[in-house]
Amino acid sequence: MTESTTANKKRGSFRIRVEPRLNVPPAWYPAAVTFGALIVALILGGVLISFAGGDPIKSYLHIANASFGDIGVLSDTIVKATPIILVALACSVAFRMKLWNIGAEGQFIMGAFGASTIVLTPVLSAETPRWIFIPVMMIAGMAAGALWGFIPGYLKAKFNVNEIISTLMLNYVAVAWVNFWIFGVWTEGGFQMSPKFPDTASLPRLLDYAKTFPILRGLTTHLGLVIGVVAAIILWFIIFRSRWGYEIRLIGDNPQAAKYAGINITKNVIWVMMLSGALAGLGGMSEVTGVVHRLQTAPIAAGYGFTGIIVAWLAKLNPLVIIVASILFGALILAGREIQPSGVPKMIQGIILVCLIASDFMLRYRIVIERGEE
Amino acid sequence: MTNQAPSTSEIPLIVEMRGIVKRFPGVLANDHVNFELKRGEIHGLLGENGAGKSTLMNVLAGLYRQEAGTILVNGEPKVFSSPRDAINAGIGMVHQHFMLVPSQTVTENILLGLDDPRFFLRLPDYDNKIAELGEKFGLKVDPRAKIWQLSVGEQQRVEILKMLYRGVNVLIMDEPTAVLAPQEIEGLFETLRAMIAQGKSVIFISHKLQEVSAIADRVSVLRRGVATASGVASKGVSRQELARLMVGRDIVFALDKKPCQPGDVVLDVRDIHAENDKGLPALRGLSLNVRAGEIVGVAGVAGNGQSELSQVISGMRECKKGQVLLGGDTVSNHTTLYGIQHGMAYVPEDRTHVGSAPNLSITDNVIMKKYRKPPILKNGLLDMKAAAKLANELKVAYDIIVPNVSTPVRLLSGGNLQRVILAREISGLPAFMVAVQPTRGLDVGAIEGVHRLLLAQREAGAAVLLVSEELEELLSLSDRVYVIYEGKIMGEVNIGGETPDESLVETIGQMMTGTPLDQIQKEGVAAHD
Repeated sequence: MTESTTANKKRGSFRIRVEPRLNVPPAWYPAAVTFGALIVALILGGVLISFAGGDPIKSYLHIANASFGDIGVLSDTIVKATPIILVALACSVAFRMKLWNIGAEGQFIMGAFGASTIVLTPVLSAETPRWIFIPVMMIAGMAAGALWGFIPGYLKAKFNVNEIISTLMLNYVAVAWVNFWIFGVWTEGGFQMSPKFPDTASLPRLLDYAKTFPILRGLTTHLGLVIGVVAAIILWFIIFRSRWGYEIRLIGDNPQAAKYAGINITKNVIWVMMLSGALAGLGGMSEVTGVVHRLQTAPIAAGYGFTGIIVAWLAKLNPLVIIVASILFGALILAGREIQPSGVPKMIQGIILVCLIASDFMLRYRIVIERGEE
Repeated sequence: MTNQAPSTSEIPLIVEMRGIVKRFPGVLANDHVNFELKRGEIHGLLGENGAGKSTLMNVLAGLYRQEAGTILVNGEPKVFSSPRDAINAGIGMVHQHFMLVPSQTVTENILLGLDDPRFFLRLPDYDNKIAELGEKFGLKVDPRAKIWQLSVGEQQRVEILKMLYRGVNVLIMDEPTAVLAPQEIEGLFETLRAMIAQGKSVIFISHKLQEVSAIADRVSVLRRGVATASGVASKGVSRQELARLMVGRDIVFALDKKPCQPGDVVLDVRDIHAENDKGLPALRGLSLNVRAGEIVGVAGVAGNGQSELSQVISGMRECKKGQVLLGGDTVSNHTTLYGIQHGMAYVPEDRTHVGSAPNLSITDNVIMKKYRKPPILKNGLLDMKAAAKLANELKVAYDIIVPNVSTPVRLLSGGNLQRVILAREISGLPAFMVAVQPTRGLDVGAIEGVHRLLLAQREAGAAVLLVSEELEELLSLSDRVYVIYEGKIMGEVNIGGETPDESLVETIGQMMTGTPLDQIQKEGVAAHD
């Protein structure tokens, strides 16, 4: 070819350079990159499925069918997605301020516990109407979750205790705490669970209206979905339209600049951790009153708190995108069980997260391929 | 060794850098810089923060790669693609921030990354080797001590030993005295002298004039990426001359400056004391005042307490003693918010880390001090339409060149970012503004724009405190100039309006190097008698 290529043969005729982006990429670009990352993740997952002896296309079709195939499974997907929405919202608000709350799991469990105390203490009798029962349980769940967020928040703000460690540890404390109550105090005939909640203390489900609308028969989607969607909308307003949200975004991006703008960071660390805990606690309340209907550790402490971390990042911490991402993950959880009890679906989740985090690089840097050298 | 002290031109060059160009996004850090190092000399490299000293030396040490220019070591052209290449060519660098493993011993740190010992660590043998090497160069440190047990000065000795152990002949020291106490500095100087006595060469990066003239044989000065002096014998040049080469005198604008009509005292700083980030005293009984409608400059070589002064005034640093009054209210040791609410604007030194939130949009950045009040705050929520309107108005009024105001500010050039910050601060109609190095790193056009904005503030009746290391800037903008040295004011001069004469510049230069004004005047009178 040309002279320069011959001259450069020894060193290779091109080199790849990475440089920071100096202009704003077009609006479609982040969405396209995210979508691309998902595709790459599914391809990588497919490779691993075929290594495991499966047919990737068949597996993916199966997943799609088992989670969106008909209205029944769609409803089940949404039931799975509901707690994830609230927990992911909880994670997103903390992450936006660069507070690494990985204790949403524990805050979720405490929320379920807080809501349950209303029934089991009992604070309200079984005859109390639903419209009183549900709001009181919501408040109790949020308060218990907020308390579980307050502890690491306060420790972080006052003594600079690493919130990753403290929130992680509090997850175990929450499980042990609930176990204590269901083993000893509220046990039903020696089993590790509380008695079943009365109907008045349960979130209404679609199947409750099957008499009037037969199509709703067997659909377990409950009011928690509405709670989650409303919470997402409110959180969007808080983050992008309120004074407080502006402070959260400013602290998250540059704490020095926030200090310079006269914002009290210590106070905000505590409040944001409490908000995060309250949202996760609301998720726990929704799960215990909408699905489980009794206090029991196994179905409550099922790892929603950790899935929420992934979903929050998948949605780039945007509350409204979290709703969509949660449904995707609800589908993965539900359909995953159809393929294999644990291995492959968990693996696909992990691959998606890794690809998404890696794709962020493409938003901040561009790759330049140069021909020739020196 | 040559003991006859031959004339300098006979000593061979060990390192020669020719026409080095290095660019960073938006900044030309080195603009065709030439640099020469002779065998057996201590070569001082002077320059302000951001002048390109560290960049140039990082190129020499193999950390950065130059875009143009060549490096010759012992007359042979070299291409360094990593620090290892540079060390193999005999060039090593001791960075300002040490790169040591705290939980390991001195010996382990020195051996880290070497091929020998390969598998079995016979540490005692190496302990002795390192102790011997230390003795040879007067670097006393226990090879068996763990790094975390050592003082900063001792850690620096370990870093130097690390380089000597790797057999370097050229040692680059990046601001070595910044972390040391005065008595440790003397120890370091002795070590450096011991090294050149044994044929090594040293490059000493600093922005402290006194140190460079005390230790260096020859000096090079960088200013805004350009070499303003190359290899001048340090004996033959005065500190004032060096100060002038560092801060420069080349920008002269015809600014139409109206006569000063000062009003009441707005800012009154009374005998303040404060510490720097390392807990050492930075301000030691400093007093000054600024009246409405005047620009008051603070001149001084970097690191004499200017940053701490602006931080104490703005409420971002604790004031140990004394107080700062703004329009009669004490603002020192209050929250930053208190100062903002009392009409204080602050243009910080560090635009990217303090003055702005890089990933947030221009709109989000301009409302930083306005979101608590209408029109931005409406019914308890932020009115983002009003915010965008404000941002667009400021974009036009302050000539911010960007496609739209939702651009994150990290993508702006230095000049545009500074205009965003100034727009934000000035549009709050401050009674008082402190601006620290507002033109650092900007190109000439941007500098002129910033100067006009500051003068407009003065004409609008605001009190402006301008902290700068650019003497020319201070002389052309200020009505009065205070000179700061080691946390104290050495004196105050009136600029008056007419072109400042040489003797005034001379006086400021003397104050910048630590002579109080009254002493200069006494000597002046004595000379006349």
